[in-house]
This record gives sequence, C-alpha cells and structure tokens, in this order.
Amino acid sequence: MSSKTLASGAAAPSVERQHRQVRKMPTKQLLGLAGILGFLLTWELIPRLGLVDPNYLPPASEVIAALIVDFGLTAFWVAVGETMKAWFLGLLMAVAAAVVLGFIIGSSNFLRKATNSTIEFLRPIPSVALIPLAVLMFGVKIESSLLLIVYAAFWQVLIQVLYGVADVDMVANNTARTYGLGRMARIRYVVFPTTLPYLMTGVRLAAAVALVLAITAELVIGSPGLGREIALAQSGGAISGMYALVLATGLIGVLINMLMRFIEKKTLSWHTSVRSEVFV
Amino acid sequence: MQPDPTQAAPEAMLSVRGLKKVYQTDGGDVEAVRNLTFDLRAGELACLVGPSGSGKTTLLKCISGLMAPTEGEVLLSGKRVSGPPKKMAVVFQEYGRSLFPWMRVRDNVELPLKNQGVPRAERDRLVDEALEAVGLSHVPRSYPWQLSGGMQQRVAIARAIAYQPEVLLMDEPFAAVDAQTRADLEDLIRTVWKKLGITILFVTHDIDESVYLGERVIILSSSPTVIQEDIAIDLPEERDQLETRSLPRFTELRHHVYEQIQLAKKGDRPAAAGTPSAGPTPAAASGADVA
Ligand SMILES: Nc1ncnc2c1ncn2[C@@H]1O[C@H](COP(=O)(O)OP(=O)(O)OP(=O)(O)O)[C@@H](O)[C@H]1O
Ligand SMILES: [Mg+2]
Repeated sequence: MSSKTLASGAAAPSVERQHRQVRKMPTKQLLGLAGILGFLLTWELIPRLGLVDPNYLPPASEVIAALIVDFGLTAFWVAVGETMKAWFLGLLMAVAAAVVLGFIIGSSNFLRKATNSTIEFLRPIPSVALIPLAVLMFGVKIESSLLLIVYAAFWQVLIQVLYGVADVDMVANNTARTYGLGRMARIRYVVFPTTLPYLMTGVRLAAAVALVLAITAELVIGSPGLGREIALAQSGGAISGMYALVLATGLIGVLINMLMRFIEKKTLSWHTSVRSEVFV
Repeated sequence: MQPDPTQAAPEAMLSVRGLKKVYQTDGGDVEAVRNLTFDLRAGELACLVGPSGSGKTTLLKCISGLMAPTEGEVLLSGKRVSGPPKKMAVVFQEYGRSLFPWMRVRDNVELPLKNQGVPRAERDRLVDEALEAVGLSHVPRSYPWQLSGGMQQRVAIARAIAYQPEVLLMDEPFAAVDAQTRADLEDLIRTVWKKLGITILFVTHDIDESVYLGERVIILSSSPTVIQEDIAIDLPEERDQLETRSLPRFTELRHHVYEQIQLAKKGDRPAAAGTPSAGPTPAAASGADVA
C-alpha cells in the first residue's frame, strides 16, 4: 500500500520533468533567435535615430548588405582562406608540440618539477608582445602570424595535457602493469585516453585564441588575411565594409567553436556520459 | 641462514620469504609488514585475513611486483619477482577504477590478451568463455559505468580469467557488493578455481568468506604484520552456500578464525612471532578451546 503511493509519487515528477524538457527545447531556441533579432534591431535603430554618428556605426542592414556583397567576391574568400590557413597551421603546430612535450614532461616527476617555474613564467607573456620579434624575423609573411598563434595556443594545450597526464588513476595504471602492459602500451591505452578530455578542452580554447591571434597579427603586422582587409577597409573609409569583415570574423569564431564541440562530443562519448551521470 | 624456512619448498608455486615493507613517508617510516613467510602450492586456494591496516594490500602489491619489498623476497616458481610477472593476474578492490571507462566491457577483457599478441580467433574464444563464466555474455557492448557494482566486479574477474594466469591474487574483491551477489561470486571463484586449476590468494576481512572459500586460511596479525596463524580448512570439497555454512565444522572453524583475529587486534603476538609458517596446521577439531 505504502510502497504503491511511494512509487506513483516518484513517477509523477519524472513524467512532468520529461514534459518540461520537451517543451523547453524550442523555447530555448526561440529565445536565442529573439535575442539576436533584438540585438540587430537595436543596432539598426541606434544610428538611424542619430544616437551615434552613422559614419562610425552604419545600421545593421547596411553592414549585412555589405557582407552579402563580400560573399560574392573572390578577394574576400582569398582573405578568409589566408586567415584560416594561418589559424589551422598554427593550431596544428601548437597542438603537436604541446602534446609531445606534455606527455614527456608529464610522465616524469623530475621534468615536471624542473619545468614548472619556467612554464609559469613564460605562459603569461601575452603573445602580442612578440609582434616586434615576429616582424624582425619574418616581416609581413604568414610566418609572423604563425609565431604569435603558436605561442598563444601552445600554452593552452600544454597546461591541459599536463593536468590530464597527472590525472591518470593509480589503480588503472597498476592494473595495466599487472597485465603486462609496457610503458608505450600504457601511454596508448591508459594515459592517452585519460588525457583526451583535457586535451580536447585545451584544443578548443587554443582554437579560439588562435583565431584572435591570427586576426591580430594580420591587423597589426599586415600579414595577409581578414585582419589586413579590415585595416585596409578602415583606412580606405569603407566603414560598412569594415564592419562586414568584423562580422565575418565573428561568424568564423562561432563556426570554429561549433566544430570543436562537435569533435569533442564524437570522441568523448564515454566521458560526457560519465560526467552527466555524476551530475544528474 | 635458517635451514628450512628460507628455502622455498620445491613444489611451491608462490613463495614469500621474510617479507618486510617499510613505507618512507614525510611523517617518518611506517612499518606495514614486519616479517612474512609462507608458501602456496600450485593449485591451492588460500584466503588471507587480517585486521584493517594489517598490510594485506601492501603484501599483494609486493607479490605482484608493483612494489619492491624493503627486505625479503617473493619467488614465483622459484624465480624472484622483480616486476609484474607474466603469469599472474590481480583483481583489485577498487574495481570501478581498475576497469577502463573508455573501453567497452569486451574491450576491457580483451586488452591484456591483445597486448600479449594472442591471435584474434583465440582471443575471441577466451573472452567469450570468460564473459560466459561470469554470466555477462549479454553486455559486451556496454561501458563499465553502465553496469552495477557487482557486474563491474564480475567484468574484472572475467578479465583475470581470460588472461589465463597461473596465479590469481584478489584484494577484498567483494567488499562492496550485496550479500546475494557476493554469494554468487564466491561460488564463481570456487568453480573457476576448480576448472582452471590455478593458484589463488584471496584477501578478505570477512571471516565467514575466508572459511567458506579457502582450503587454507592465513591470519595476519595487526601492523607491523606477522603471521598470526595458518590453518587448513578441512571442509568437504564441494561447498554449498546453505549446507556448508550450516555444518558444525564450519562454525568451529569460524569461531577459531574469529578468536585469532580478536587476539591479533589486541596485539597479542603468536608465540613464535616472526618465525615462518611451516604450512597450514589443522585447527583443533573440538569446539572446546573456542568456547
Ligand atoms: N603508500 C603508503 N604510504 C605510507 N603508508 C602506507 C601506504 N600504504 C599503506 N600504508 C600503511 O601501511 C599499513 C598497511 O596498509 P594496507 O593498505 O596494506 O592495509 P590493508 O591490510 O590492506 O588494510 P584494509 O583491510 O583496510 O585494506 C597501514 O598502516 C597504512 O597506513
Ligand atoms: Mg587493503
């Protein structure tokens, strides 16, 4: 009798929760859409009402129109291509270097202690402080962008890999040892999977930072890409065009983030499930 | 130097000689194990009981080559153990952490075999058989964390069985499972032991379990650890959860082990503390001395 009441009492909220979840999904998306529309409307109105000089902030409609025009221009896509090339190469080099070094440093107590203070000293140096060095070494070529991108992205990944390697479970590691897994096998089957979630977080953060540094390098140094186009549009007085390019960089940022989350979800199905189970 | 004890009996599969382990910590040295000497014959199933903190896990880590003893040595078929031996498998108490959450059940069981380069067909057969033996053939595609605690421990046991060790060490493997699952797992261990003829050292702090499972029970004193007593369990070969446990002899043995553990907890050393156990001695047959 009492168990029956208990069961029905327990069942009711879960059913209710399910209903709420079903209704929540579209509401959330609608809210997001409304937010964007509201933002664009505000942007449209501010220059139109004369709150800000339209010469400095053209209305949203003009900027979007300019962006659509850009979409039809080869020069625009070439610039996007240059930026993405620097972003991708820089990220790749940073991740490769950070993973190799992270695994080497992380698996030795001695190296970890020996490098700790150096890492803590080098890591906070802002990448933009290296701009003069980049110009000296490479001029306005893509290598300048790469230097800045690699430096900034490298630390993001290295720190995460170091955390990941340190997180290896002693019991899991001992189990692998008793079953005869050698050092390399343990790195492959135990250390690497443990580190993967950390690595993915590091790569996602590094991907965002790499884009920022790619645009910065192009803007300041003048290496080819969207950043340089922004500077050129500004000096040429094409204000709407400049905003259109800024908008384009924002869109690229969103796309990169979506891509990274997608990859993370695919590779870490086991991990997100573990996590969600813990948090429920 | 001593004539008999330092010499491992020739037929001994596993032989622990004068083992001592002192942990060096920031707070000073901790002597976890003082002096342990015993032999396991090939095909023996021995249970190791002792109070919490008496160094059971420490002993298993030394036997499995995960940790070097401070003094003494461990011999496996007469050869000194200096790293994890190939023919030994260990089932850890923390089964949740000893299974790899990024691998499915089947892959967890298969990994050690794959690493040994066992051919695919044989690997599949061994894994199937092991999962079948622990009654988990229906969940090979699940991840360990999708299973209950008892099921996870069974996966860990399946992994050990599939590996086909000659010696199996188990560290309080059933401490965290419910009574019913525990009884099933106990019977599973006996079945596997009989079928494969392997040598098993089973650590537990459950007295009933040690008497029910073992052919022999080794009782450890409290830390710093020596062997309190080493007794043979003369119960019938066929064990049954209800029948065996209701035998008068079972009760006697249980009383005896219980008493010894109580003595060990009080810090009462056996008369010949530190002297190696020459092998299991039969416990007193009458209940008189335990009354
Ligand atoms: N890594 C370590 N460093 C220092 N001391 C340790 C370490 N591991 C264990 N000890 C100490 O050694 C003693 C024996 O520990 P051990 O874990 O072997 O006991 P146990 O018999 O397995 O206990 P339990 O039944 O609770 O699992 C304890 O006093 C413990 O504090
Ligand atoms: Mg223990």
